[in-house]
Amino acid sequence: MIEENLLLILVGLPFAAAIAASTVRASAHGAAAWVSGLLLAAGLAILALLHAPISDGQVLRSTLHWVPSLGLNLTFRMDGFVWMFVTLVFAIGILVLVYARYYLSKADPVPRFYAFLMAFTGAMVGMLMSGNILMLVVFWELTSILSFLLIGYWHQGQAARDGARMALIVTGLGGLCLLVAMLILGQIVGSYDLDRVLAAGDIVRGDPLYPLVLGLFLLGCFTKSAQMPFHFWLPGAMAAPTPVSAFLHSATMVKAGVFLLVRFFPVLGETELWFFAVTGTGMLTLVLGSVIALFRHDLKGLLAYSTISHLGLITALAGIGSNGAILAAMFHIVNHAVFKASLFMAAGIIDHETGTRDMRRLSGLIRFMPVTGALAIVASAAMAGVPLLNGFISKEMFFAEAADWHNGTWLDNSLPYLATIAGIFAVAYSLRFIATVFFGPEATDLPKVPHEPPSLMRRPVELLVLVCLVVGILPGLTLGPTLNLAAQSVLGADLPYKDIAIWHGFNLPLVMSLVALGAGVALYAALGGRIATGPEGPPLLHRIRAQRVFERILLSLTWKLPRIVHRTLGTERLQPQLRLIVLLTIAAGFVTLWGSLRQAPSPLATGFNPAFALMWAVGAVCAVGAAWLAKYHRFASVVLLGGAGLVTCLTFAWASAPDLAVTQLLVEIVTTVLLLLGLRWLPKRREEIEEDKLLPARIRRARDFVIAVVAGAGLAGVAYVMMTWPLIPNVGDWFLRNAYSEGGGTNVVNVILVDFRAFDTFGEITVLAIVGVTVFALLRRFRPAPESIMLDEEQAGLEDRTLADALLVPSVIMRWMFPVMIVLAAYLFFRGHDLPGGGFAAGVTVSVAFLLQYLAHDVRWVEARLTVLPIRWMGIGLLIAGATGVGAFLFGYPFLTMHAQYVDIPLIGQVPAATALIFDAGVFSLVVGATVLMLIAIAHQSLRTTRMRERDSADTSEKEAA
Amino acid sequence: MEMVLSAAIGVLAASGIWLLLRPRTFQVIVGLCLLSYAVNLFIFAMGRITLGAPPIMPRGGFIDPTAYADPLPQALVLTAIVISFATTALFLVVMIASRGLTGTDHVDGQEREP
Repeated sequence: MIEENLLLILVGLPFAAAIAASTVRASAHGAAAWVSGLLLAAGLAILALLHAPISDGQVLRSTLHWVPSLGLNLTFRMDGFVWMFVTLVFAIGILVLVYARYYLSKADPVPRFYAFLMAFTGAMVGMLMSGNILMLVVFWELTSILSFLLIGYWHQGQAARDGARMALIVTGLGGLCLLVAMLILGQIVGSYDLDRVLAAGDIVRGDPLYPLVLGLFLLGCFTKSAQMPFHFWLPGAMAAPTPVSAFLHSATMVKAGVFLLVRFFPVLGETELWFFAVTGTGMLTLVLGSVIALFRHDLKGLLAYSTISHLGLITALAGIGSNGAILAAMFHIVNHAVFKASLFMAAGIIDHETGTRDMRRLSGLIRFMPVTGALAIVASAAMAGVPLLNGFISKEMFFAEAADWHNGTWLDNSLPYLATIAGIFAVAYSLRFIATVFFGPEATDLPKVPHEPPSLMRRPVELLVLVCLVVGILPGLTLGPTLNLAAQSVLGADLPYKDIAIWHGFNLPLVMSLVALGAGVALYAALGGRIATGPEGPPLLHRIRAQRVFERILLSLTWKLPRIVHRTLGTERLQPQLRLIVLLTIAAGFVTLWGSLRQAPSPLATGFNPAFALMWAVGAVCAVGAAWLAKYHRFASVVLLGGAGLVTCLTFAWASAPDLAVTQLLVEIVTTVLLLLGLRWLPKRREEIEEDKLLPARIRRARDFVIAVVAGAGLAGVAYVMMTWPLIPNVGDWFLRNAYSEGGGTNVVNVILVDFRAFDTFGEITVLAIVGVTVFALLRRFRPAPESIMLDEEQAGLEDRTLADALLVPSVIMRWMFPVMIVLAAYLFFRGHDLPGGGFAAGVTVSVAFLLQYLAHDVRWVEARLTVLPIRWMGIGLLIAGATGVGAFLFGYPFLTMHAQYVDIPLIGQVPAATALIFDAGVFSLVVGATVLMLIAIAHQSLRTTRMRERDSADTSEKEAA
Repeated sequence: MEMVLSAAIGVLAASGIWLLLRPRTFQVIVGLCLLSYAVNLFIFAMGRITLGAPPIMPRGGFIDPTAYADPLPQALVLTAIVISFATTALFLVVMIASRGLTGTDHVDGQEREP
């Protein structure tokens, strides 16, 4: 139990550090580093505690249920391999923190750096410890995103931005492939649990989808671990601060790919396909990476290609997949992390103290920084594979596997030769790094005078180099048990213990090593001078730049291709889009209903009523009239639209829906007023538009007429068939039966809205509030068309007084209607739960009352006497409705559970006192606010134009005076 | 009455859709209003036509659901009326703003190129 919680804490610690680091002041370098460092140290302490059960061969697990229905649980598991890797991450993490503390300058925004770095650590640890393969992909993608943020830390620089984007695109796409691979894998195995997947190797390899899964899986691993041809993002990522390069792009994140290769070897490996794909790619990357590294002039560029090459080595080992190869792969993961991190840090120190990373300018630094120089020399020797250092032993193991492993294929036969060639180049580039930077004549044209760095900045490098030495001299005592444990957890507990030793006698691997050392030195001696004057890259190969190919592909995919597609297939015009939507809707309805729509055996028929038919004859004329006149006679069209609305409203009243009738009527009033207010701002249209009479316009109208008729006829047909089928018992019956007993109201429609389905209503009023605020915001920056600012000809001839007088009697009546309407609103509100009415109707009534005042007088008159603060009405309404909902929690019920009761009030009698009434009050308040806000916002525009007109006339009179 | 109501829905919808496909913003807004009437009536009609039996219950006692109009489509339509009012208002404001910014009331913000 304690171990389970420790696992969760271990994953949580770096994220906690990220949150803590993100909250410190921008200048608090020390605080951010200390907090992060201490939390990581706590992580190491937990790992030490977990070592005992792990070394017993236990697999620790901890599960948090997340989405059990999808098989998605937050499962964390830890075995020997994971333990080793997580310890590596935490340990190098702390060293990088110490280093970064002195590396970053005072001006850099530190909290962001430490927060990202710690979040990355958390994501990495989460990825390593995931016991669920979907969750693994989630953490995997998280590391890609954080790597993006860290590479782009100095986002002022173009190189950082480009490098970050390229890294994200390549690794992100790989992550998507990995996700698909994991999904298929989970389907094949029948579980997303890592342990079950690991145990199902035979099923997976026998499945017809195995090649697909393997291909996608390898794409994910190869992009992350920078295998050719996806390696190019890693040199680009060197634009990151050096601590990031040391941590992410050499020691940890790029190892995620090889981690997964080793982890999934028991499931996907041990086939010919696996061997050729993985070992082939690994060997290609190993050889080419080491060749290119020799020809790079940038220090970090050399190290980046060296990293690519070493990742290729580990990949090749995973591809070989024998017991010894897996062990060697694990060993090299650790060794490479140690010596490469120290080399990156040394390169960072050189860059920091001299101001350049160009090896053609650096020279003779050993005289200025002897300690750093000595450390870098030892680390480079480890990189080259010099005996008595850790790099030598794992490389020797690789040579042994390359020479021993035999399945008789051509690739297998060529392995020892390829490995030796890569070894030669590795020795040569390590030698070049040392020889050019630290030896030779003193450099003269350096931007800064070089000197030793602060001793604490050097401390992490010293420690790492010490590890190189200790592991190199005593491999069996230091890492032997851990490595065997790790190998057992991947290959099975019955794996024989393999003793790791320096001396195996004078055998083939040793010969290969000696050849590599000798030939490497000879190679550098022969070529050294020519490399420095040559181009950045090996002869011939430097012309082919994967990065440039990538950029060209990216350009055509994100810029040229979309433009071509848009030009040929897309349109920015609304009409074709709408037409397409309508046609698709018709087609969808047609396809769905064809053949399944048939007449009821005994159709329902409500008796024909001539008055109803007559009413709809008028309604139809109104609708068609509104459509006909909407272009040239807008006012008439609004009136006819109102007519159609009124007939709709009467239909509701006729067919037993009084609530709908009341609401429709009120909304009709407000909509009409809104449209009338809007008419003011549209252009005059007296003469017919010339183009309208031409043939193309006629054809368009005829085509749209056909579409409209087809759609209308279809809808009418569907409506008729549906209406004549007898009603089957449905959820409506439940509402009818329980409205009074459960909701405490007799008006079922209202009870549904404020009680049974109150959550829908809550969403609906929120939409209304959003619309109100949007309208307000849109109109704040409103600029009317110039011609709308001018007075109409009708108005221009009249004086203001005449205009006021014209409405004298109606305005007095409207003013006196105000209290009447408020009372009406109150009446509608309180009877709502039992009889037609309710908060919505009452709210619209109140806003109509306000509106009448605006109509009767001008804006200034109203606002001098009446202050409406619509935003507050809306806010308070939403708060009341929300609080009613939350209030249900207090009594242990779900959100928006209502309580209903009747209270006896003397003289008035029984009054419903349901909490739904409070909710309805919220609805009321919000509707008032939103409606009034929209109306006032539009009405106010006339005030603004008056001001603009006054300003314009002032301008012209000034000009005339001048 | 079913025949009349379905024909009415058809006429409203056809007028609305025809206007929806027209080039002037005001035509589109009127079209949306007409279409929303049609759709509201259509949803409402799914509860069948019931005359003289609004869904207002007695207080307590046995309730026969078949004696009342179906309340569910009514509740849905009530919501739909409110939302269509909100969208009309929003569209109206967009229409006014676009007219002010572009100087035309064409839906694309520019007159059709000949």
